[in-house]
Amino acid sequence: MAGSIERQRHILDFTLASLLRRKGKNGALLSVYTLIIFILSSVLFFTHALHREAETVLQGTPEIIVQRTLTGRYQTIPLSYADTVRGIRGVGSVEPRLWGYHYDGNTLANYTIVVPGENAPPHGSIDIGSGIARVRSANEKDIMGFTGFDGKPHAFSIRSVISAESQLVSTDLILMSEHDYRAFSGIPANHATDLVLKIRNPKEYTTISEKIVRLLPDTRPIVRNEILRTYNAVFSWRSGLVLAIFSAAALAFAIFAWDKASGLSAEERREIGILKAVGWETSDILFMKFWEGAAVSLTAFLLGVVLAYVHVFFTASCLFAPVLKGWSTLYPAFKLVPVISFGQLATTFLLTVAPYVVITILPSWRAATIDPDAVMR
Amino acid sequence: MRLSTAYLGVTGLLLILLTGLVLHAFQERKNAGPLLSQMAGMVNRLNLTDLCLFTEASYTRHLAMTDLNTPFQDSPFSFEHFPTGALVLPPPHLGRNRGRVD
Repeated sequence: MAGSIERQRHILDFTLASLLRRKGKNGALLSVYTLIIFILSSVLFFTHALHREAETVLQGTPEIIVQRTLTGRYQTIPLSYADTVRGIRGVGSVEPRLWGYHYDGNTLANYTIVVPGENAPPHGSIDIGSGIARVRSANEKDIMGFTGFDGKPHAFSIRSVISAESQLVSTDLILMSEHDYRAFSGIPANHATDLVLKIRNPKEYTTISEKIVRLLPDTRPIVRNEILRTYNAVFSWRSGLVLAIFSAAALAFAIFAWDKASGLSAEERREIGILKAVGWETSDILFMKFWEGAAVSLTAFLLGVVLAYVHVFFTASCLFAPVLKGWSTLYPAFKLVPVISFGQLATTFLLTVAPYVVITILPSWRAATIDPDAVMR
Repeated sequence: MRLSTAYLGVTGLLLILLTGLVLHAFQERKNAGPLLSQMAGMVNRLNLTDLCLFTEASYTRHLAMTDLNTPFQDSPFSFEHFPTGALVLPPPHLGRNRGRVD
């Protein structure tokens, strides 16, 4: 056993020395390989963490939301619709929900204004998200003004700033009383933005949704499960940017594979011939090539994964952030709770390391089984 | 020093580092429990539906609430032009109400 390990170590010594003789080429190969694994792992880490966070945080989202559309666009919903929905068997409660957007021309930011059902700020005051406090340099008890639907200025005193810890759901929120919001947005007293339903039996979500559409054909119910599933589509492999990244990585990897699989260079073939001539066996040469593939790909894998973890979870995805921010001036810090699983690591390993090792060994096997004299000629 | 010793040493170090990061992830997840519960409570209390990831356009700010028209509503023949529109797919339930998405 000890002899066998020592033999493998000698082969590894020889392989590493051989790799170091072609420092430039192998250094470039290692760098590009590491970069590919870094990008793939960063995307995987980010999407998994985001999906998990969405799953956990959005558990308490409304069971069914009913919206009204007209000519393909959302409209406010008359409160009389709530009475119709309330009449459907199985519906526990129907609450109107008031919310909307406000574009702030001074900071070029979009805010989301929400009217809370309970503990709403009193008339003339608001609670704001930490992102708004940051872009407006605002603090508690400051006065903040916005232009209402009627063009008139509306001033509010800031009751509190929502903790930055929950910025993933609240960074752009403004909480306002119902009276203030109706005066600010112009939504009439007999309308709401949409309706929030509580259902007695979760198994009836689909049936109740169908009944709502039958009774009120201009409405669109959205069920909780659908909301939760929405975030599986964020960074799905089919979305544009991710597809572009994966395509670039796949293309780069295909070029490696082609280079390796299309055969050995004359220098490498001569090296194999000489090794066979001095007494190396075919299995020794295959072991050498295995170690060559393993040394490059395992190092690239470990470095790429470690760097990706640091990138996503220690630097809040600083390289992705400009893309994620887009044209937004108001955004949360993309600091996600880390998720790392054996399955994730195994998938990355099998997709990157295993193919590389195989394509390194195959052409060498062909060269190693030929007579040394023929190889050297 | 033998090259194999140096290589195995570096690989071992990277493996230890990776194991450390796995443990870090577990610990962070455990520590984040109360914060995640607090956010889930806020979502429940305010009847929120979405994570605040992208605020540049309404259809990416409230992904679950969007429709198939909003990204293209500026004018007939207009293109969807916000960068984050390239990061997300339409929510799956749009297909149920408005035909197949893909």
